[in-house]
Amino acid sequence: MTDPLLDVRDLVVRYGPVTAVDGVSFTLAAGETLALNGPSGCGKSSTALAVLQLPRPAAGEVHFEGRELTSLTERELRPLRPRMQPVFQDPYGSLSPRHRIRDAIAEPLKVQGRWHPADGPARVAELLDRVGLDPAYGDRRPHELSGGQCQRAGIARALASEPRLLVLDEPVSSLDPSVRAGVLNLLADLQDDLGLGYLFICHDRAVVRHFADRVVEMREGRVGVTSG
Amino acid sequence: MESEALLSVRELRIAFDGVEAVRGLSFDVRPREVLAIVGESGAGKSLTARALLGMLPRGATTSGTISPDLSAHRGRRISLVPQDALSALSPVHRVGDQLAAAARSVAGISRTEARARAVAALDRVGIPDAARKARAYPHEYSGGMRQRAVIAMATINEPDLVVADEPTTALDEERRDRVLRLLGEQREAVGAALVLVTHDMDAVRGHADRVLVMYAGRLTELGPADEVLARPRAPYTAGLLASLPQNATGRRLPALRGTPPAPGTLTPGCAFAPRCPLAADACHTAEPEPRQVSGRLVACHRWEELPHPATELFLKEGQPA
Repeated sequence: MTDPLLDVRDLVVRYGPVTAVDGVSFTLAAGETLALNGPSGCGKSSTALAVLQLPRPAAGEVHFEGRELTSLTERELRPLRPRMQPVFQDPYGSLSPRHRIRDAIAEPLKVQGRWHPADGPARVAELLDRVGLDPAYGDRRPHELSGGQCQRAGIARALASEPRLLVLDEPVSSLDPSVRAGVLNLLADLQDDLGLGYLFICHDRAVVRHFADRVVEMREGRVGVTSG
Repeated sequence: MESEALLSVRELRIAFDGVEAVRGLSFDVRPREVLAIVGESGAGKSLTARALLGMLPRGATTSGTISPDLSAHRGRRISLVPQDALSALSPVHRVGDQLAAAARSVAGISRTEARARAVAALDRVGIPDAARKARAYPHEYSGGMRQRAVIAMATINEPDLVVADEPTTALDEERRDRVLRLLGEQREAVGAALVLVTHDMDAVRGHADRVLVMYAGRLTELGPADEVLARPRAPYTAGLLASLPQNATGRRLPALRGTPPAPGTLTPGCAFAPRCPLAADACHTAEPEPRQVSGRLVACHRWEELPHPATELFLKEGQPA
């Protein structure tokens, strides 16, 4: 058996005296969707952020592509960060309102030193096309897009780093029902084509049942039942 | 038909700075019925509900009629269950006192009697040890108990009509069903009708007698809830239902292309035409008027062309837009 993409063991997250996540363990394979499900306040978002080392967990291990992340320094983590990318609930809040969409997507390429003026713009256009947006939308700013379009732009920005793992924190929860299905289809297509692993945070059971391969039920910072 | 209505809305229009958000809406609310108003952002459903209550935001201009005007008797004949149960309660007053104040605001009753009614109302919505809990503050209540207290407040004066504006938006499925069941029971207990405003088509199932589907400020479809859910006649309703993950059969969901229009950005003709897989030339020139179709109202030029089930139609549309 090959190593899982992500292997989380006994994860603990504390905010001051409050223990938000108390010994959570799970694994996630490439090309698989694992959902964290549970009521608000159960620690599912805290778990997801701790996997990304944002912030560092108080205890436990996070193995990602065979590296143990909690023991690495920030400098050692830096080359790994592009390979695990978040997509958040509020599409407007996750893109700078002052930047055009194409600059928001180009930014990770520039930060990672992978921006080449010759083919950079074409790469951005390709990413926009990949998420179902006309490349002309690159000229717009977030407030000029609908919620669904903006979420697609956020996904394009995450893809720019060529990740292996997407941490999707309620990615369709603020979208209109008629728009939600299109974004879920896009995520399914991207996973099929690119073999991405998805850590999928969602409180909507119907969406989880449809979209996830396996489900970790969380209650008060702990794992209840794992199914699927 | 007309005479049995508790409330009749005719040709309601609501505009802000000349931009119409509700564009000529007519419907009745019948006594003791649960009418769900379903729509997405910008559909005008919340504005319609607020118009019934006489609680439109400043700057709204309206035309059309709502008769009788229950908003003159707000708190007595018509009441509101708001979206956010926490901000609906004053944090610095005891819950029982807030309910008693609501009771005293309309009925000429003593403080003692009002307090007794408050306790009885809390007891009716299933707050354990209601007499003691009436003396507690909202922060001492759990989220679910606050929701119950707000429902108790909305029904304490036995109104004719309760308007619930997205009462379950932030809740998971389990809690949503619990709140909707409680709302239904309480409505039944006091003999009120309920207008349930929601964007969640699935919340209609089992919780509403009739459903009014709105799109871009107009009626799309209005009829018995179970019939509309079982066999939608308007393409928009069919698309919304097909795209629900609970109705999915394969990995790809049927989907609607594009997004709901913002008020003021409408193209000529049917507002749904740019997203509609059935749209023809007529749909881009004339706005369809609601017409009677097998016991319901449908506003669509092409309703006869809609296949059933419509899943295939929208699976093709499932491509990114």
